[in-house]
Amino acid sequence: MFAVKRLNTSTLLIKGIRSFHSTPIRLAGGHGAPIAYPSLAIENAGETQKMNLFQAINNAMDLSLKADEKACVFGEDVGFGGVFRCTVDLRNKYGPKRVFNTPLCEQAIAGFAIGMAAQGGTAIAEIQFADYIFPAFDQIVNEAAKYRYRSGGMFNCGSLTIRAPYGAVGHGGHYHSQSPEAYFAHTPGLKVVMPSTPIEAKGLLLASIKDKNPVVFFEPKLLYRSAVEEVPVGEYEVPLGKARVVQEGTDITIVGWGAQMRVLLQACQMAKEKLGISCELIDLRTILPWDVETIEASVKKTGRLVISHEAPKTGGWAAEISSTIQERCFLHLEAPIQRICGYDTPFPLIFERFYVPDHLKNFEAIKKSINY
Amino acid sequence: QNIKKDMMMMSTRQLAKRLINASTNQTFTRVAPSSSSALFCNSTTLYNNNNKKVNNYSSKNHQEPHEEKDHFEYTNKLEPQVLKDYIPCYTVMDQNGVVNPPSADPNFSQEMVTKMYSTMLMLNTMDSIFYDVQRQGRISFYMTSFGEEAIHIGSAQALTLEDTIFAQYRESGVLMWRGFTLDEIANQCCSNELDPGKGRQMPVHFGSKRINVQTISSPLTTQLPQAVGAAYTQKLLGQKACTVVYFGEGAASEGDFHAAMNIAATLSAPCIFFCRNNKWAISTPSHEQYRGDGIAGRGPNGYGMTTFRVDGNDLWAVYNVTKMAREIAVEKGLPVLIEAMTYRVSHHSTSDDSSRYRTTEEINHWKEKKNPVNRLKNYMVRKGWWSEELEKTTVKEAREAVKNALMKAEKQKKPKISELFTDVYDDIPDHLKLQQQELIEHLKLYPDEYPVDQYAAEDSVQK
Repeated sequence: MFAVKRLNTSTLLIKGIRSFHSTPIRLAGGHGAPIAYPSLAIENAGETQKMNLFQAINNAMDLSLKADEKACVFGEDVGFGGVFRCTVDLRNKYGPKRVFNTPLCEQAIAGFAIGMAAQGGTAIAEIQFADYIFPAFDQIVNEAAKYRYRSGGMFNCGSLTIRAPYGAVGHGGHYHSQSPEAYFAHTPGLKVVMPSTPIEAKGLLLASIKDKNPVVFFEPKLLYRSAVEEVPVGEYEVPLGKARVVQEGTDITIVGWGAQMRVLLQACQMAKEKLGISCELIDLRTILPWDVETIEASVKKTGRLVISHEAPKTGGWAAEISSTIQERCFLHLEAPIQRICGYDTPFPLIFERFYVPDHLKNFEAIKKSINY
Repeated sequence: QNIKKDMMMMSTRQLAKRLINASTNQTFTRVAPSSSSALFCNSTTLYNNNNKKVNNYSSKNHQEPHEEKDHFEYTNKLEPQVLKDYIPCYTVMDQNGVVNPPSADPNFSQEMVTKMYSTMLMLNTMDSIFYDVQRQGRISFYMTSFGEEAIHIGSAQALTLEDTIFAQYRESGVLMWRGFTLDEIANQCCSNELDPGKGRQMPVHFGSKRINVQTISSPLTTQLPQAVGAAYTQKLLGQKACTVVYFGEGAASEGDFHAAMNIAATLSAPCIFFCRNNKWAISTPSHEQYRGDGIAGRGPNGYGMTTFRVDGNDLWAVYNVTKMAREIAVEKGLPVLIEAMTYRVSHHSTSDDSSRYRTTEEINHWKEKKNPVNRLKNYMVRKGWWSEELEKTTVKEAREAVKNALMKAEKQKKPKISELFTDVYDDIPDHLKLQQQELIEHLKLYPDEYPVDQYAAEDSVQK
């Protein structure tokens, strides 16, 4: 269903990635035409290598472990390389003291990470699926997020990053598909980051690990193998809290993040081809704190806004963006702001194609906004 | 429920193959790891169930041979297993202050024992006064430690300042023994501008870098897995120290207790879990909290953890046990569980009236027959180190000191209002700067409607 080649296992090492096909990405459920997503250009990038998203993530952790001897990577099954291969070979390189499995207990992983950070270590914790982060919700929301504030700045757990694969994947059902960013974005003290390409995933993860605040980092699992780019092998950071204008346009602003960006690019291309509409496509990248200015400037220019995310509509992060932009751009808006999201149901298995806010639903929203 | 297939019986090769296929096909199944790798092992080969060396496809040289041998015997008798053996409780000093065996007496100097006893009296005095002060509405909340004084002083004396402490909230004596001052306690309880916590948390939520005590928070048991992470970090960085985490028997019912015990055991973290089993979690007696052998009963068989049960009202027993636990943690790099049996003589907090759920007889029994403070006093009287005269002066001086600290703290202004917005992040993000500005503008509109005068002057609003 994905254009992913069955791999000879020996090619899983970073040095073997040339065996990867740089396939254009098909969207969840295999529908829609393959599309080429524009890469972020990194200044003075130096040497690059073809990497998919999991390899870019692996590379970021590799560089972090190399640069910081207090850094540890841990979670369920990370020792042998992780169920998505994100931690491949790290235990060989840095030893079992620094890259290790934990018992199967998310609240333990999160609490342990907080303690490690508070004691001066650098904690890079993995939750196997974002769907299973809820047992750690108390530790993340009541503890990690408030650690600095409640101690008057005396203590903090800023050197903590929690990674988790998130999002639709074609057949994940209730508990291998969720996008829980809005739950965490409601929490002062946390940063929430969601990359959409290998280059940005690496740069944002390096920035998250270095950031002096606890970061929850959601990786679009759909793109682990299917998104492939020429990624710089050296260290670089993509700044947190800054959105990226993926494509400039004049008629309407489209905002999304993570795996949804490719869906939106496709909708933008459809709008261009079929209706001649020029869409400005923005990748939010950091959910909290989010880049109000970039979106505000764009909407003041275009007068129209569509926000799209996989997570359910009610209480989703699009509501926050919509409300804020309505406050700030009231006189510039030519049409109601639209939210194209997952429905207010649990994420269904067999109905996924109907559930996800695909390019067609977004195309219709663009049309509706323009014709308003 | 999560999809959790037990693959314990699969060979590593099968497991690896299954996972490769799983991840290549993007099929998601959560699996239990087939073998646990001990933390600090240097073994370099991976074995499958037949004990043949196999090549793990992605990671070379990292695992110990998987321990295939069962620790139990097989039996053909069908016998349900029930609780039989209770862990004994270590105690060396009786209510008359007699130590048996004499070798169990740490034989501290008169000066040291006097300081210990005086600190207990100071703790009691402070608790009495602060309790009354809350009743008068001068502070919003308070929690006393009556009946648990020996636990505080005994355990704290066995530790060093390098040992990181995570506390629950009924450990004021531990902080005192480590050098936390009455002023610091009063400033925190009064939420004034001298409180390093900037008045943001309720009273009794102390924390101090100087005495290496992480700031207390209200959610119960969250500090346990955190303490394990801190302990692991100490070991990783080669520090000759451990982390000690205090909690009550009620808190031990939380999932975080299980999480912490298990991760500490599997990762060999030098963490001392110190449970104050005082028989009450607010109004819930311990027989409604658990049906096993207390908290200690969970240690050896439950988590494979070295465990002590100790008389929490016996200062020397607590000291000896904690000292040994620290040796195990620091020298062997292993976690230890201590359960100190005691009784919460006080109300749970100033928001609780414990007479509604327990008898005065019960409380008095513990006050009279098992009183940790009197026990130490009798020990000193036996040695000719103490008199009622000394007691009177000590208490009088303590009262003066506490009152002075409190009066000083009450006179201080509250922290600057702008501190409402700092420390949420390491710097103030734009959306918070905006909200801070909104509040400033709002206060200009209603200068008389808010108690602005009680708060410290803004020297400069954080930019």
